[in-house]
Amino acid sequence: MVAENSTQPISVTLRVWRQAGPAAPGKFVDYPATNVSPHMSFLELLDVVNDGLTLKGEEPIAFAHDCREGICGTCSCTINGKPHGPGHGVATCQIYMRAFSDGDVIIVEPFRARAFPLVKDLVVDRSAFDQIIQAGGFISVRTGAAPDANSIPVPKGDADLAMDAAACIGCGACVAACKNASAMLFVAAKVSQLGLLPQGQPERDSRVLAMVGTMDALGFGNCTNQYECSAACPKAISHDFIARMNRDYLKASVRASFKPAASSATGGA
Amino acid sequence: MNLAGRIFGSSIGRKVIMAITGVILTGFVIGHLVGNLQIFAEPDHINGYGAFLHQLGPLLWVARIVLIASAVLHIWAATVLTMENHAARDVKYGVKHTLRATLSSRLMRVSGVVVLAFLIYHLAHFTLGFTQAATFKESLPLYTLGTDFKVAGFITVRAGTPTFDVYNMVVLGFQKPVVSLFYIIAVGLLSLHLLHGADSMFQTMGWRSEKWAGGLRKIVVLFCLVYFVGNLAIPGAVLLGKLQPHEPARAAATR
Amino acid sequence: MAQLDSRIPAGPLAEKWRRHKTEIKLVNPANKRKYEIIVVGAGLAGASAAATLAELGYKVKSFVFHDSPRRAHSIAAQGGINAAKNYQNDGDSVHRLFYDTLKGGDYRSREANVHRLAEVSVNIIDQCVAQGVPFAREYGGLLANRSFGGAQVSRTFYARGQTGQQLLLGAYSALSRMIGAGGVEMHTNSEMLDLVVIDGHAKGIVVRNLLTGAIETYAADAVILATGGYGNVFNLSTYARGSNVTASWRAYKRGACFANPCYTQIHPTCIPVSGDYQSKLTLMSESLRNDGRIWAPKKKEDAKKDPNSIPEADRDYYLERMYPSFGNLAPRDIASRAAKRVCDEGRGVGETGLGVYLDFADAIKRLGEAGVRERYGNLFDIYHEITAESAYQVPMRIFPAVHYTMGGLWVDYNLMSNVPGLFVLGEANFSDHGANRLGASALMQGLADGYFVIPYTIGDYLAGQKPGSRPSVDAPEFKAAAENIRGMTERFLQIKGKEPVSHYHKRLGKILWEHCGMARTRATLTEALKLIPALREEFWANVKVPGSADTLNQSLEQAGRVADFLELGELLCLDALTREESCGGHFREEYQYPDGECKRDDVNFAHVAAWEFQGAGKAPLRNIEPLNYEFTKMSVRNYK
Ligand SMILES: Cc1cc2nc3c(=O)[nH]c(=O)nc-3n(C[C@H](O)[C@H](O)[C@H](O)COP(=O)(O)OP(=O)(O)OC[C@H]3O[C@@H](n4cnc5c(N)ncnc54)[C@H](O)[C@@H]3O)c2cc1C
Ligand code: HEM
Ligand code: FES
Repeated sequence: MVAENSTQPISVTLRVWRQAGPAAPGKFVDYPATNVSPHMSFLELLDVVNDGLTLKGEEPIAFAHDCREGICGTCSCTINGKPHGPGHGVATCQIYMRAFSDGDVIIVEPFRARAFPLVKDLVVDRSAFDQIIQAGGFISVRTGAAPDANSIPVPKGDADLAMDAAACIGCGACVAACKNASAMLFVAAKVSQLGLLPQGQPERDSRVLAMVGTMDALGFGNCTNQYECSAACPKAISHDFIARMNRDYLKASVRASFKPAASSATGGA
Repeated sequence: MNLAGRIFGSSIGRKVIMAITGVILTGFVIGHLVGNLQIFAEPDHINGYGAFLHQLGPLLWVARIVLIASAVLHIWAATVLTMENHAARDVKYGVKHTLRATLSSRLMRVSGVVVLAFLIYHLAHFTLGFTQAATFKESLPLYTLGTDFKVAGFITVRAGTPTFDVYNMVVLGFQKPVVSLFYIIAVGLLSLHLLHGADSMFQTMGWRSEKWAGGLRKIVVLFCLVYFVGNLAIPGAVLLGKLQPHEPARAAATR
Repeated sequence: MAQLDSRIPAGPLAEKWRRHKTEIKLVNPANKRKYEIIVVGAGLAGASAAATLAELGYKVKSFVFHDSPRRAHSIAAQGGINAAKNYQNDGDSVHRLFYDTLKGGDYRSREANVHRLAEVSVNIIDQCVAQGVPFAREYGGLLANRSFGGAQVSRTFYARGQTGQQLLLGAYSALSRMIGAGGVEMHTNSEMLDLVVIDGHAKGIVVRNLLTGAIETYAADAVILATGGYGNVFNLSTYARGSNVTASWRAYKRGACFANPCYTQIHPTCIPVSGDYQSKLTLMSESLRNDGRIWAPKKKEDAKKDPNSIPEADRDYYLERMYPSFGNLAPRDIASRAAKRVCDEGRGVGETGLGVYLDFADAIKRLGEAGVRERYGNLFDIYHEITAESAYQVPMRIFPAVHYTMGGLWVDYNLMSNVPGLFVLGEANFSDHGANRLGASALMQGLADGYFVIPYTIGDYLAGQKPGSRPSVDAPEFKAAAENIRGMTERFLQIKGKEPVSHYHKRLGKILWEHCGMARTRATLTEALKLIPALREEFWANVKVPGSADTLNQSLEQAGRVADFLELGELLCLDALTREESCGGHFREEYQYPDGECKRDDVNFAHVAAWEFQGAGKAPLRNIEPLNYEFTKMSVRNYK
């Protein structure tokens, strides 16, 4: 790593996974980059390389990005074997070239998981996450039907912990980092956020059962409690939430099997 | 879906099966070790203990069935989960670094399989007598208990009862360095298995949190260390000549 | 000439919305499912609208160019959302929020709209809390507030530095629920490229599937655009890279009026530019101004010195000096211009001389480093990542950057554009912020529009459309529009010129920033109006778009967006040139008071300028909607 505030330009080689489409064969291709300012962001370097490729008449590298400030969760490369690259608690778009040294070969790959099929080059399809949320990652509240916001106090500790979980940006780094491509951290974060709040109680059981069921059905792997997910998470979300979800799931399974259900009588005229 | 479906059919449920069966097996290996450590006392102890266990009759079978079922379920869950995990990453990375997964956690399958192989060998060795038949307890002269064997103060096996000579079987068995070595490697890997497993179980059951994870880790490490040293002690002592077969004369006399 | 009827209901200000709701037409529950509504965009405005309309029973189709609705640019909002809850008991009220917002907008917004916004603000917080949005709380478990610019009460609700994210995830979860329930059909990776207007009514859209390149058409009974702001016309801005004007612009070219494009907001506290490779400017939330003090060296010679070595006496806390009662919390336009002035005087700091200090030394003394960390830790981290400097030790360097666009498609009180059936919500419309938006009010407006306004007002239009009268996508208008888009795509690929798209985007941005940025003059604007068409011509002759049309092709996407920016840029300058006054974010150097404040011209310019497309190569028509203030007096903004 270059000294924190060095402004000496560096030269690096990007070794990038190129794959024209889901069914096409893929391979690593080297792209040298010279005179790189350490203040440049990694994605800006990709921009520059892409402009160069365009001028040479080659297809630029497809990569996902949007906010470029670590909040939208769109960017998604694995850099040198780590989802989102060097650094802790940051996304790919927050990697600056000062994290690399002159002469480095930087290996750039897409997130890899069966549940995240490849679209092109470094872009993968993460809609499986949306499907998990659609299965139950919400509190059913009809617009306009909510009581006054202060009518239910929420202990500050619970609200803060819920916020820790809610910080998830849905980037998929947890899946990419897990050797089993498990989505437990993502699902646990949502289950915990809503489960910690009083507003989330009515659907707490059905939510965790539905979300875990959908997660399983989508072909994610299983958790082996190695915590690679939380180590790669750009928001450093704790794997404690996974323990919490495991507990919730167990309790919910037991309750769903034994708790008497009301007979489904409908209302009168 | 009912409870069984949720437990056997879901990722978390199967993990819970791993954890619960893991605990049962861990409980067994702890008990087993404590029993075995009696070898460092008079032969009366371990031989009396062996006779006591046999005397349990149907209860012993219940325990055995629970253990076998646990092992089967544990292995079943491990296999299913592992297969799913492999399938979940169909295309591998060119380069992938481990960020913080511990060595023991990454060796779970290897350590598990070796432990399984050892388990089979171990049963063949000391329970069924398929290997080293010459020193198997049933081939050795019977032993007559010198003192009463007590459990929690109650006499369970009276002095004078003839028993199998477990003591000599173990000592004679371990005098073969290959056997001891395999045993040591296996308990080493089992300790490694538990180094992740005992910790992991708390996470799976939802009892672990960062607030006390450090403490839990220390307890687990200590436990695995003690467990390993405890197990190492028996073949170690035999190999170092600290444990010798008791003179067969006494045993022979009672035959 | 477009008919611009604002349809502001009669009656006392505080009664208008309530009365309007009871008077407009409704669609009965059984009929709702017979109507299909297209919602383009799933930011705060679009997601909340789509979810709520589906809850009501309408059949909704939602389109986003993102790969998931959760990624809309709203996610990036940091600071907070305003609401007149008065939980702090500090004298807040609906009227005060209304007044602050109106005044903040420099009296260039509609009174009735702003009042409605203030009224529903309280419902928004209720709704979001019920959805599980983890707002910051006090120890007693009740909601916490912070202060934002342009207000003297604490009415801003926040979730750490991630308020936009949390509100968007709330709306996204509501949307997801309705997708799961089958009420919304979600189309991700789908970029709207044209609006289909049949018999004068908006009845559908043309989209490009960004993954397959397929050009698809969709018909509906009404079309809602909630596609965000156009700040990326400046290239460098705090917007997400993908934010664009295409949806609005194509609607403009189909007849929807574009109102007040020159009202652009420059945010005072962003991280300064570091090099020409730069793709994005990062905002440092306005909330930092609660505790940080802005200053520049008094003497030019000190500009390059280590800031910690500059003695107190040689520092100019210029906002506190010029605006003693609002101090560092002066509104954005004012704070930005003040920074520009300081830098123009040669007192700017940092390598480029384009920066001022935002200093936390006093706050650290008062609250301790831990206290400051608790409030702003994540922002300090962001700053450190980007600059490799610790703001706990040296003051942050900040500079203004393009941040928000108050202008947008013209809408009436019902949020319907002048094209019947086309509704516009959120930042994409022009309605509530006048010439300057106050902090924490865009989130409020987006959610107000989506949760609480459109669900009522769209019924008024739909009730007049016979159920089942929706045209089919086989109508010639759909076919022609799709063909047109295919042709345009082909054209980009055929130019095979010499420069990448980014080249033109950068040049356009530079022209706009220099000629139509924080300060504008007749001369700079006239010049820009020559430069932009020339640049556009060069673009169409010399841009290089590699690849093909039938796969994911990010260069092609970008080409379409920049082509639209190249047209919008011209309209923006034209609007700025025509508006011969200074107001809010629009500062014409010719029109200022001796102290450098905006000099409005209420006699000649107290109106909305709504531009109407007249055909390619023809000058657009400037329609006017007068701003009739019935209840408030337009006065000179004073934050001193
Ligand atoms: C860095 C930053 C911080 C901010 N902080 C605050 C704050 O603290 N408080 C506050 O009140 N405001 C803040 N704002 C402003 C506020 O975030 C935005 O004005 C607001 O979120 C806009 O919401 P929206 O729903 O109108 O549009 P967006 O969130 O921009 O959503 C646009 C949607 O439209 C879709 N879309 C766009 N074009 C097309 C097309 N052609 N086809 C298909 N889909 C399309 C996109 O996919 C997206 O879903 C901030 C803005 C920025 C840049
Ligand atoms: C017989 C062969 C065995 C195999 C193949 C095996 C395999 C595994 C695997 C793959 C795991 C999961 C690891 C993870 O998810 O992180 C596991 C966990 C565990 N194993 Fe084994 N194991 C075996 C035997 C044993 C034995 C004999 C014991 C006890 C003495 C044991 C105790 C545990 C425990 C306590 C866990 C932790 C459960 C959890 O993760 O919650 N295992 N085992
Ligand atoms: S681009 Fe938004 S998180 Fe990286």
